[in-house]
Amino acid sequence: MKLGFYPGCSLQGTSREYNESVKALAPFFDIELIDIEDWNCCGATAAHSVNKDLSLALPTRILALAEKQGMKEIVVPCASCFNRLSVTQYELAEDKELKKKITDTIDMPYEGTVKILNVVQFIDQYIKDKLTEKIVKPFNYKVACYYGCLLVRPHKILKFDRVEDPTSMDELMKMIGSTPIEWGFKTECCGAGLSVSRTDLVAKLSGNIVKDAADRGAESIIVACPMCHSNLDMRRPEINKYLKEDVTVPVIYLTQAIGLAVGADPSKLGLQRHFVKVTTL
Amino acid sequence: MTTNHAITSRIQQATEVDVDLCYQCGKCTAGCVLADDMEFPSSYLIRLLQTNKEENYSKVLKSNTIWLCLNCENCIGRCPKEVDIPRLMDYLRTESIKRKCVSPKAKPILSFHKSFLNSIRYTGKLNEINLIAEFKLRTMRLWQDVKLVPSMLIKGKLKFLPETVKNRKNIIRIFNRTIKNTK
Ligand code: SF4
Ligand code: SF4
Repeated sequence: MKLGFYPGCSLQGTSREYNESVKALAPFFDIELIDIEDWNCCGATAAHSVNKDLSLALPTRILALAEKQGMKEIVVPCASCFNRLSVTQYELAEDKELKKKITDTIDMPYEGTVKILNVVQFIDQYIKDKLTEKIVKPFNYKVACYYGCLLVRPHKILKFDRVEDPTSMDELMKMIGSTPIEWGFKTECCGAGLSVSRTDLVAKLSGNIVKDAADRGAESIIVACPMCHSNLDMRRPEINKYLKEDVTVPVIYLTQAIGLAVGADPSKLGLQRHFVKVTTL
Repeated sequence: MTTNHAITSRIQQATEVDVDLCYQCGKCTAGCVLADDMEFPSSYLIRLLQTNKEENYSKVLKSNTIWLCLNCENCIGRCPKEVDIPRLMDYLRTESIKRKCVSPKAKPILSFHKSFLNSIRYTGKLNEINLIAEFKLRTMRLWQDVKLVPSMLIKGKLKFLPETVKNRKNIIRIFNRTIKNTK
C-alpha cells in the first residue's frame, strides 16, 4: 500500500537516522512511503515566533502539494512538523477569510482534505495488527517512553492520546516485548528550539528528563521527535555537566526499537549515528 | 466609571485570546518548566496585561519571558479557562519586534529565529550549516559547538550542499508577501 510522506528538514539532516528507520520499517509491512514532491520547510518555531502569516503559509504549501499529488494521507514523523501542519489545517478550517488570505499568498489551491498522521498513528493504523507475528527479536528492555510536547499538545487540535499521561507508545513497546516504566516526565518539555541559543536551559530541562528515566531503571528512552532526540542525545555532555554525573542511558526512536524487533539491520536503522552509544542492545 | 480596555481589546482582536478570563489560579505558572528563568512567569504576565496600563504592557514586551516561552502548550492544557498563552506569546513577540524593544537578554534567541528563516528563504529547506554559520556571525559566538563538528561528520549528520525546492520563486514570493525582511 502507498502512503504520502513528509520528511521535513531535520530528517534530511541531523536526524537522518529517524528517516532511515521509518523507511526501513515500512517494507516489512508492505508499505511504500512516497515523498511529497518539491516539499519545503514547515517554518518550525522560528516562523510562528516572528510572523503568523508565514507560519501558516509554509505548511499550507506542503499540504496543497500533497493534495495536488493526489495524496489522501501523509505520514509526518517529526513531531514538530506534525504539529505545525495540523495546527495550520485546523486554523484555516476555522477561518474562511484566513484561508483565502493564505491560499492567495501561496498561489495554489488548497482544500484541507489531507489526513495528517504522526508516527504513532501511522504505526497504530498500518503496522500494529501485523506486528506481533513479525517479531523475531523481542526488544526485551525496561524503557521510558518520552512523548514530549508537540505530539500530544494542543489536545483540542491534535486529538491524540491522553494529554497528561499518554500511553500509545507504551502500548506499542509492550507489544514488542519491552517493559515501560512509570515516570514523571512523559510530557515535560526538553527545551526544544532553544538548543543552540540557550543550551544552558536545554541542559537543565533535558537533564531532569534523562535523570528521572535513569533513576527509575530505564535502559533506554524511546522518542518520536527529532528535537527531543537531539536534545537528550547530542546535548548529553552539557546534560551530564549540569547533573554532575554520567548518565549513559541511550535515546532511541520508536521506529528503531520496532525495527530491531522485526529483524531490520541495525545499521539501516541508523543506530550508529547516535551520540550516546547504544551498547546494551 | 469607565474602564480602559484598549490593550486587552487589541490583543483579543488580533489573537482571539481574552486575557480577562484569567482568574489568577497560577496553574499555568506551576506547570511551566521555564517559570524560574523568566523575568516573570505566565500568570503574572497575564495580570500585567489585565491592568490595561501602557507601562505594564511595555514591561511585558521588553521582558525575556515572551522569548523564553517554548510554546510547549503545557499551560493551556492545564488552564481551567483555556487561556491560550502560547498563542498570546506569538503575538507579543511580533509586537515586541515591531516596537523594537526586544529584551537584550533574548537577542540570541531572536537571532536564531532570524538565521533559521534566512536559511529557508532562498532555498525553501533548512540547511543546518548555513543556519549555524549565520547564527554565529549574528551573535559572535564563534566557538560554540565547534567540538561537535568532527563527530557530526563521522555520523553523517551534516550536509554541505543545501537542498533546494524546485519552485524557489514560489517560496521567495511567500516570504515577500508575509515577512518581507529578516535582517
Ligand atoms: S492557568 Fe489560566 S486561569 Fe490560571 S492563572 Fe494561568 S491563565 Fe490564569
Ligand atoms: S507554553 Fe510557554 S508559558 Fe506555557 S508552559 Fe510552555 S514555556 Fe511556559
